[in-house]
Amino acid sequence: MSDAVSVVNGASFDGAVEVKDAGLVGMVTLRGDLGSESLAKAVKSAVGLALPDARGVKAGTKGGVAWMSPDELLLFCDYEKADALVAKLDKALAGEHFLAVNVSDARASFTLTGAGVREVIAKGSPADLSPEAFRQGEIRRSRLGQVAVAFWLSAPETMELVCFRSVGEFVYDWLCVAAEKDTLPEYFNAG
Amino acid sequence: MLILTCPNCGIAADETELSAGGEAHLTRFGAGSSDADFEGYLFMRKNTRGVHFERWRHSYGCGKWFHAARCTTTLEVFGTYPAQTTEPPAELIEKIKQKRPEFEGFSK
Repeated sequence: MSDAVSVVNGASFDGAVEVKDAGLVGMVTLRGDLGSESLAKAVKSAVGLALPDARGVKAGTKGGVAWMSPDELLLFCDYEKADALVAKLDKALAGEHFLAVNVSDARASFTLTGAGVREVIAKGSPADLSPEAFRQGEIRRSRLGQVAVAFWLSAPETMELVCFRSVGEFVYDWLCVAAEKDTLPEYFNAG
Repeated sequence: MLILTCPNCGIAADETELSAGGEAHLTRFGAGSSDADFEGYLFMRKNTRGVHFERWRHSYGCGKWFHAARCTTTLEVFGTYPAQTTEPPAELIEKIKQKRPEFEGFSK
């Protein structure tokens, strides 16, 4: 099989913040009854993490898990291990009403690093990105420009962002323009 | 800007993150119904001036449908509630009546 490459093939941009293609990330969409014990157990054994609360995102040594909607989770793992993860979930949840799909190749992910990451995203998203409203550990599904994205802080000054791969190049270009030097209003850091 | 709090994910989402779904709580008339009922279900909408119940979808967020009650003239939002209901919750109706004494309650 041909070698998989991420959407902008590892490109990065250094401006007011650093915008970097996060490379290939294994992602599995899991839909089902988030209240069910067997689903919680299956997630625990798959990525080693308990289910997050509403809008929560957790990362651990074996991967990560994000709350996408009242019946949907997004699991993160190594790119090569996504198929195995789906197989594991299929086995653990057999007989239940659920859906697990490897969506790794349908997503693009980017990492933004720097003091102004909130402001770069805030240029194109209606989400409240003030430090009081948007904290580490919360994932926000919203839009950037006209396209759907989800983002969360993995560290106080590191924003992870995922979008559909079909718009990945657009989002990368958009982020690079938004992260040009000397273009941040420094609204959140003021005072 | 209209800001509605999605009852499914708890986010105060602004209009640009949502898709409007038109009037809420329609009675569906399908095969076997009279022509007048079917026409009413397909085409006839209230076009209210004042309190209005609507369907919205948090399309850029959690992707779920919900209901909202708002005023079509002032854009005041009275509240949002889950989609899994055929009429607005009684406490919401009560709240609207306190704010708008002329409101006669929900009718289909």
